[in-house]
Amino acid sequence: MPVLVIAEHDNASIRGATLNTVKAATEISMFLDGQVEVLVAGHRAQAAAEAAALVAGVSKVIHADAAGLEHGLAENVTAQVLALQGSGAGNYSHILFPATAGGKNVAPRVAAKLDVAQISDITKVVSADTFERPIYAGNAIATVQSADSVKIITVRTTGFDAVAATGGSAAVETAAATADAGKSSFVGSEIAKSDRPELTAAKIIVSGGRALGSKEKFDEVITPLADKLGAAIGASRAAVDAGYAPNDLQVGQTGKIVAPQLYIAAGISGAIQHLAGMKDSKVIVAINKDPEAPIFSVADYGLEADLFIAVPELAEGV
Amino acid sequence: MKILVPVKRVVDYNVKVRVKSDNTGVDIANVKMSMNPFDEIAVEEAVRLKEKGLVTEVIAVSCGVAQCQETLRTAMAIGADRAILVETDVELQPLAVAKILKALVDKEQPGLIILGKQAIDDDANQTGQMLAALADLPQATFANKVELSADKVSVTREVDGGLETLQLSLPAVITTDLRLNEPRYVTLPNIMKAKKKQLDTVKPEDLGVDVAPRLKTLKVTEPAKRGAGIKVADVAALVEKLKNEAKVI
Repeated sequence: MPVLVIAEHDNASIRGATLNTVKAATEISMFLDGQVEVLVAGHRAQAAAEAAALVAGVSKVIHADAAGLEHGLAENVTAQVLALQGSGAGNYSHILFPATAGGKNVAPRVAAKLDVAQISDITKVVSADTFERPIYAGNAIATVQSADSVKIITVRTTGFDAVAATGGSAAVETAAATADAGKSSFVGSEIAKSDRPELTAAKIIVSGGRALGSKEKFDEVITPLADKLGAAIGASRAAVDAGYAPNDLQVGQTGKIVAPQLYIAAGISGAIQHLAGMKDSKVIVAINKDPEAPIFSVADYGLEADLFIAVPELAEGV
Repeated sequence: MKILVPVKRVVDYNVKVRVKSDNTGVDIANVKMSMNPFDEIAVEEAVRLKEKGLVTEVIAVSCGVAQCQETLRTAMAIGADRAILVETDVELQPLAVAKILKALVDKEQPGLIILGKQAIDDDANQTGQMLAALADLPQATFANKVELSADKVSVTREVDGGLETLQLSLPAVITTDLRLNEPRYVTLPNIMKAKKKQLDTVKPEDLGVDVAPRLKTLKVTEPAKRGAGIKVADVAALVEKLKNEAKVI
């Protein structure tokens, strides 16, 4: 049976997290018949479906289009996935979602409707029914086995490399869209527009903590260095809670999980919850006044210094 | 309107857990246990809605061992009116908890169910969505702001890239994110008052729910450790290392 990946997209293009999820699906399908299909459920999402067809390793794209699918409402996307899965043994052995805000919202709803467990945030495929996943903010790794007939999985994107976005040539098949459930509706959104790379896909991240002291200082100190490096901006929970940075920049156990090539933590003490979100970064730099700050225990390069002097100096120097 | 607030007893968020030497799990003997922080936010939100006069009763529920009573007493000290303990020694996975909660939703008929978005022990982030599915209710996860009226609720959610607002018909399921509110400190008089509030205990079998685990944990191991790094003297040394040793800039 094929493995189904639920694409994360904005109706015009495929989001990066989908590529990491396809990678996990490919690894699972090696234990099966090697087929990976992708569902693009959206509205006027032809461009996204065509982009999905180019993704390396995808054998078929299923495109379902309806107004009710435009904003990814959990009730409607769930109904669409259930319609594809069909009844009885079902059409798919595994259904994978990226462990993003969108995927985490929908996947458990699908699992419960199918009366199966969900395996959250997998970081490794051991076999077709056995997976590794972090628990306790990444302080332990559990190896779990599922005996359910269909496995509903969310994929931690930092655990799998992205497959190539181009090079594939899958057929795009249109599926009948399911009806709007009518119990929820989209009112509006405030999505920050930015030319910066997306936090979870960035090669370099500059992150600021509570030591920045104010929103003005956060912008004044962190932004020039991020601009210079072409980096995404992140923040600790303390900085977000204090209003120095918007919530979607939070890196940590309950925010974004990131693993860039270079992570620069400025004025971040390094609470367990923050480390859980960034300790898989390739190179970690910590800039902190406090020599005892726990962030130094995971940093490849630690600089004990006043960040208000060191960060601008670093922006000059790189 | 009633609100149902499920709360979970977890290892306190300040405790750094240790993996057991036989790799069967983490050692939680003699460690401090507390209410899951996201659930505390859920209780606070429900109590605030009651204080605004929009809600008549807040019912806290916990599923698990007998000691979950302490967690329920905390919920009642924050302001929940009564509590239900669904007592079992079986390891409860999210689907089982969602099935128990579905049975209680059928019985209590709440207008709103508010849960934490995830528990900080298994980090699953599933129970609210699963409950919404089983009860066939609309859901709004990762809530940042909740505005309740008589027959609908408007919820602003934290999503990748920013915020989005949904409107749901009632009854509905909401899961909390960190910035929905800041839970109050419980005061001694309220702790004393909570001791006198009603706490009923039932068993999963009384509710007709099969709670057998679906996922088998084969082993639990320590994560790969990062090698200790070095301290650099100044910014110039840092730039040199990043350029020539790590080659990341």
